[in-house]
Amino acid sequence: MLEIKNLHAGIDGNEILKGINLTIRKGEIHAIMGPNGSGKSTLAKVLSGHPSYEVTAGEVLYEGKNLLEMSPDERARSGVFMAFQYPIEVPGVSNAQFLRLAYNEKRKHLGEEELDPLEFKDLLKERAKVVEMDASFMTRSVNEGFSGGEKKRNEILQMAVLEPKLAILDETDSGLDIDALRIVAGGVNQLHNENNAVILVTHYQRLLDYIVPQFVHVLANGRIAKEGGKELALELEEKGYDWLKTATPETSVEARAN
Amino acid sequence: MSTAELLGKQEYKYGFVTDIESDVIPRGLSEDTIRLIVKIKNEPDWMLDFRLKAYRHWLTMTEPKHWPNISYPEINYQDVIYYSAPKQKATKASLDEVDPELLRTFEKLGIPLTEQKQLANVAVDAVFDSVSVATTYKEKLKKHGVIFCSFTEAIREYPELVRKYLGSVVPTNDNFFAALNSAVFSDGSFCFIPKGVRCPMELSTYFRINNSESGQFERTLIIAEEGSHVSYLEGCTAPKFDKNQLHAAVVELVALDDAQIKYSTVQNWYAGDEKGVGGIYNFVTKRGKCAGRNSKISWTQVETGSAITWKYPSCILQGDNSIGEFYSVALTNHAQQADTGTKMIHLGKNTRSTIISKGIAAGRSNNSYRGLVKVMPKADNARNYTQCDSMLIGSNSGANTFPYIEVMNNTSSVEHEASTSKISEEQLFYLQQRGISQEDAVSLIINGFCKDVFLQLPMEFAVEAQRLLGMKLEGSVG
Repeated sequence: MLEIKNLHAGIDGNEILKGINLTIRKGEIHAIMGPNGSGKSTLAKVLSGHPSYEVTAGEVLYEGKNLLEMSPDERARSGVFMAFQYPIEVPGVSNAQFLRLAYNEKRKHLGEEELDPLEFKDLLKERAKVVEMDASFMTRSVNEGFSGGEKKRNEILQMAVLEPKLAILDETDSGLDIDALRIVAGGVNQLHNENNAVILVTHYQRLLDYIVPQFVHVLANGRIAKEGGKELALELEEKGYDWLKTATPETSVEARAN
Repeated sequence: MSTAELLGKQEYKYGFVTDIESDVIPRGLSEDTIRLIVKIKNEPDWMLDFRLKAYRHWLTMTEPKHWPNISYPEINYQDVIYYSAPKQKATKASLDEVDPELLRTFEKLGIPLTEQKQLANVAVDAVFDSVSVATTYKEKLKKHGVIFCSFTEAIREYPELVRKYLGSVVPTNDNFFAALNSAVFSDGSFCFIPKGVRCPMELSTYFRINNSESGQFERTLIIAEEGSHVSYLEGCTAPKFDKNQLHAAVVELVALDDAQIKYSTVQNWYAGDEKGVGGIYNFVTKRGKCAGRNSKISWTQVETGSAITWKYPSCILQGDNSIGEFYSVALTNHAQQADTGTKMIHLGKNTRSTIISKGIAAGRSNNSYRGLVKVMPKADNARNYTQCDSMLIGSNSGANTFPYIEVMNNTSSVEHEASTSKISEEQLFYLQQRGISQEDAVSLIINGFCKDVFLQLPMEFAVEAQRLLGMKLEGSVG
């Protein structure tokens, strides 16, 4: 589904990603871990098309197409979704209005009929159960006055409505108390199936107790320094990230092999 | 193709010119011009006196060029045509006698006038250049005692009412443009809602400027007697010309005891091109008088067009417990300039006013809010709440807020809040990441910003206004 080859990218002339290689198939859950500043969030933003980030080398294929050539909204309509670390407020625009617009953009893209507000209300009510959100959230302005936990749940609600093929969760666990974490993780687990894939960008192993990845990639200095299964996350939890700094980047080996 | 893309291709879709033969008087302004207009319109002597008095006063006045935050080349008032009317029969027994070309023009503007196609539940007075060409639902309204007709007809048929109220809210010597209008106004709409009547439908006037060299000087007078209610809508468009046209209107509202007038405007005059060539100079005086106790006047305006907008719809809160409201969205793009706001004059006890103003400036346009809240000595317990928000799009536009507060009664309270914001890259990215195109994202953010005002508009107008803002901002980001 997603093939990242030798991806180099940065912001304001500073290179942050220095040759990422990563392949994600349908049905998989990947965790991207790593210390602060290792490039985890940059990877998420580059994949979703944030305009401040510049790709300097490499390529990203999504369903065989060049993802990097697509605008952020085209990517979204084709099924790439990012749950934001810091969701943005949109004053005066109700959550329901925003979600319906986004949902209908996707329907249009797929050549399907748009839903009117009443039809959409029913759908929204159903999807909101995934993150245990009540109707009052739908009439409130997007993220305005939401608590940190409510904002994160709102991100997963958007994921539930848009049903992405590739969901990138950027530090969705940060700032969540244990109840909110349980709800958010439960939502992601309900939405994950054999036809979609999830990338979890996280600093902590805590989230991975709830959403279990098949693959764990550890970023350090803009490269994948170590890869493994779920047990790698536990190892990190125990040892911290410091030992990685001296480890040989395995990706450079792969890159040579390519 | 997204809606925004489709809209982007339309540009200013009302920019066409109707090819029609017109009766035009020679350009220039003098007492003879006024006598000629009076003669053409077959007006009584008291109208001639009213006009001449206004004209003589106008001669002594100077154009308000210094205090508004706008700049434009000198207007040569002798180069303007003060009367232009499509040739037609003097009196129209029915719509069948209206020139089909005119009916087609209004139909193209989305205002069908023929009986089969009339807008349901909205009565329309259609004004083309200097004259009203048709008014719909007149008979139905008459059954309820509501008078809705062209100003020309009102002078002929209801001279006592016109004489009593004309100039009672905006005196002929009020300001330069109001004096000019009083001297030469050619038509407009007249509404009278009798005691205790709730007007059964929305009343509206659609103004169309067609002639490239004539100004439009129309007059609207709405009188709501005791306990009556009326909602009035106003829309305006003009063809694209590379010369500027002058539009100087006067609107007067009078609300007696317990009466309510809601006046909504969507102004979409031609704004000039991207370089600022052409467009309407919109110098308008709008004022309502809450003459009676417990009366209420509410102005809602969505100003998107015109090269220059100079307009301050105001309320004189004379009756005790009366309420004045002003809800405004003013959007400027490219080289447009707007200096707009309101005046709330509290005279009576327990009078209340609310001002919500949203200014949006894109391109290299300049958008100013200018508002006066004045509480007079006898206005015990007067209350005002003002909120002025500005949004800048891009880095070459400007927004200003000029609030004037004069309080002469210490039992009153006046609150003022203001903010300025920009559409952020993060906000746009967030919406785009959900599949919404950049144009649609801008529209969504702007519509959210303007929500408090749009909620005040009648349903159809709110939809139209949202669409219009999206269209006007096309291509202004990114």
